[in-house]
Amino acid sequence: ESTRARTELPAPAAVLLAGSDVVPGSPSMTELRQRAVREPDAPPEDKESESEVKVDGETASDSESRAEAVPLSTSADDTPEVLNRALSNLSSRWKNWWVRGILTLAMIAFFFIIIYLGPMVLMIIVMCVQIKCFHEIITIGYNVYHSYDLPWFRTLSWYFLLCVNYFFYGETVTDYFFTLVQREEPLRILSKYHRFISFTLYLIGFCMFVLSLVKKHYRLQFYMFGWTHVTLLIVVTQSHLVIHNLFEGMIWFIVPISCVICNDIMAYMFGFFFGRTPLIKLSPKKTWEGFIGGFFATVVFGLLLSYVMSGYRCFVCPVEYNNDTNSFTVDCEPSDLFRLQEYNIPEVIQSVIGLTTVWMYPFQIHSIALSTFASLIGPFGGFFASGFKRAFKIKDFANTIPGHGGIMDRFDCQYLMATFVNVYIASFIRGPNPSKLIQQFLTLRPDQQLHIFNTLRSHLADKGLLTATAEDE
Amino acid sequence: ETDIDDRYGDLDSRTDSDIPEIPPSSDRTPEILKKALSGLSSRWKNWWIRGILTLTMISLFFLIIYMGSFMLMLLVLGIQVKCFHEIITIGYRVYRSYDLPWFRTLSWYFLLCVNYFFYGETVADYFATFVQREEQLQFLIRYHRFISFALYLAGFCMFVLSLVKKHYRLQFYMFAWTHVTLLITVTQSHLVIQNLFEGMIWFLVPISSVICNDITAYLFGFFFGRTPLIKLSPKKTWEGFIGGFFSTVVFGFIAAYMLSKYQYFVCPVEYRSDVNSFVTECEPSELFQLQSYSLPPFLKAVLRRETVSLYPFQIHSIALSTFASLIGPFGGFFASGFKRAFKIKDFANTIPGHGGIMDRFDCQYLMATFVHVYITSFIRGPNPSKVLQQLLVLQPEQQLNIYKTLKTHLIEKGILQPTLKV
Repeated sequence: ESTRARTELPAPAAVLLAGSDVVPGSPSMTELRQRAVREPDAPPEDKESESEVKVDGETASDSESRAEAVPLSTSADDTPEVLNRALSNLSSRWKNWWVRGILTLAMIAFFFIIIYLGPMVLMIIVMCVQIKCFHEIITIGYNVYHSYDLPWFRTLSWYFLLCVNYFFYGETVTDYFFTLVQREEPLRILSKYHRFISFTLYLIGFCMFVLSLVKKHYRLQFYMFGWTHVTLLIVVTQSHLVIHNLFEGMIWFIVPISCVICNDIMAYMFGFFFGRTPLIKLSPKKTWEGFIGGFFATVVFGLLLSYVMSGYRCFVCPVEYNNDTNSFTVDCEPSDLFRLQEYNIPEVIQSVIGLTTVWMYPFQIHSIALSTFASLIGPFGGFFASGFKRAFKIKDFANTIPGHGGIMDRFDCQYLMATFVNVYIASFIRGPNPSKLIQQFLTLRPDQQLHIFNTLRSHLADKGLLTATAEDE
Repeated sequence: ETDIDDRYGDLDSRTDSDIPEIPPSSDRTPEILKKALSGLSSRWKNWWIRGILTLTMISLFFLIIYMGSFMLMLLVLGIQVKCFHEIITIGYRVYRSYDLPWFRTLSWYFLLCVNYFFYGETVADYFATFVQREEQLQFLIRYHRFISFALYLAGFCMFVLSLVKKHYRLQFYMFAWTHVTLLITVTQSHLVIQNLFEGMIWFLVPISSVICNDITAYLFGFFFGRTPLIKLSPKKTWEGFIGGFFSTVVFGFIAAYMLSKYQYFVCPVEYRSDVNSFVTECEPSELFQLQSYSLPPFLKAVLRRETVSLYPFQIHSIALSTFASLIGPFGGFFASGFKRAFKIKDFANTIPGHGGIMDRFDCQYLMATFVHVYITSFIRGPNPSKVLQQLLVLQPEQQLNIYKTLKTHLIEKGILQPTLKV
């Protein structure tokens, strides 16, 4: 045990125990070399640190494995037997390509099925994807910190996930299911005091964390606490923004996600056939040709897809909850955004196409913005995830999908996209929700209501919108 | 070629024992104090320094309250920036990241972005009338979320482009450290400002309750302390905890009574465009009007009175003081655990005898969020200025529809007289 403790004593500690000054700033090369020399046989200077090292030997990392850059997750081959046998004859490179291709098609088919099944199923799928992503990232954190033995940590992480989800789902449900909530007494109370209840639940978790701090594991516990919170920030907020976009109209959910997927595939194809100049050191497989080709292909794809989808009410209408039928309905009068309009073509293209005007949906113009973001900024999400994987020396986030890695690997580019679409809708498409405003208004005090009413009246009068007939109604 | 990541990266999985002790910075006690106290023994000297600094801080607090809400806002902003700086500096020391490219710039840039976002959301609500006049501000308000998001994205992309081959893990750690710090300090400070705008009493009573709990728990512990409370903070005792609880409830009760009389403390802060400043003038709400409460029988016998006149706010103050004494200390334990985890004695050395700004404010965090949640759940509904601002942004037809709905509703409730004409 003591020899093990000795070899595991980290180099920086050896330097410090020897009494050198702590100087902020990166060490010089000579210092590094000295540490490398000292590491194998640095004796522990005082008893207490040695005993602490011994006790923590189970939770300390293996310096050997770190130095050899062994990947953290040992990946078992998840490819189903069926595929394995069918492809057993091909060479391994083509086999990998076929596995990836088949799984891609399977995922796209799955996506179509879910769309067909409706918004409720989509919501559930989004939630499941979120939970799986959370699980993958937390597992990486556990592996990095060898924290399996820390008391309470699994429980606390999942508890925090539950709390934050409860908070967000409660807010969403309150907004969109207003009438349903008002009818049922227990739901009404839950919704009225929703923030207080969520905060109390979170506080309980926080206090449990503080009470669970164990003397020798403080730093690990704080790291896992921070890791959990950052993961929640990334994963849970994004998934709820996705659901908000979904409720705006399924087209706002489908077109952005398809653009990101298309950009992934197109950039890969262009890179495969034409790729020459590398794009960024983080992801050596990406090339400028792939990047630019993917950009143009995605814009075209976005235009076509929005043209096809804007014709159908089920994609274009906001999802509403119908009290009478107790289900989701997508039935409405399509807004201006989804009605064909005539646009004049600039002269440059007129000669090329031979038409003076073209009929387009205004939404297609917006889709250009969405596809541009998906192709130009979306990849940064992918680079971020690549950097993360290199930082923690893992090849994939998990091994859920054969040939592709974990769920997070597929969704890393989607993160920024969901937030962007939500911000885009809030800024450019619609303002605040009028029914929600009325609902908020009704909860104010009478003097506040009167004040707002008078301000609104003077505002409308200034704009000349208040006619005598409007006043008399 | 050694990967620097491997060397530093080992730090995070190792035991707590290998984190270096951050050497204490130089003693910042002013010379005057040192000379005046040179005669006393070192224990009493420390006690006197702490005492004098406590009184100084409290006086500073009173002075700023006197100067008004705007100064308070600036003070809160200043404290937030200092807390952020302190925590980030600790992160730098832990990871020795001073030489990482771009990191100082990026951390401060993110702080700026998040502050811009929050101030835009909060301030725009309260300055709605002022903002409607200026064209450029209107543009900034309407596309505020988009602009904030674009600014944040720029920072995010800069981070991704700044990833250097051997420093990946350190850079990700500092990125996460920055974000968690922002989450803690910036959101709390903005909740404090929103509480402030609700009425200065919602800012003063909670903060004073936490300070009072700190001081009285310390005093009770000093004189009567025997049973230790929690391993994390060995100086805290159960006697101090319980004594502090009761004193804080009584203190909150009395402070609420004294402050509820003045419009200056009780009224929501409003920005008047005509005088171009903040005013706190209003008809005090029912919460701040004396009401008669019948005493329960056992108190009747003790006090020999049937009823007592109280402000309803005093009842709420009991809830606030209870939270400050029972749950607020968990914020302190969290900070103690943090300091032990990273082997620092104090967050910084800004205040002689007390440590850094964070040391003073660690118990306040949960309090600010609690007060905000309490106000939105039990006191008032949504923010009226925000509702108004959103109304003004809608399309004219929508505004007309809402106007008609509201008018019907108000007439029904008898708040609006049907015969009232423009």
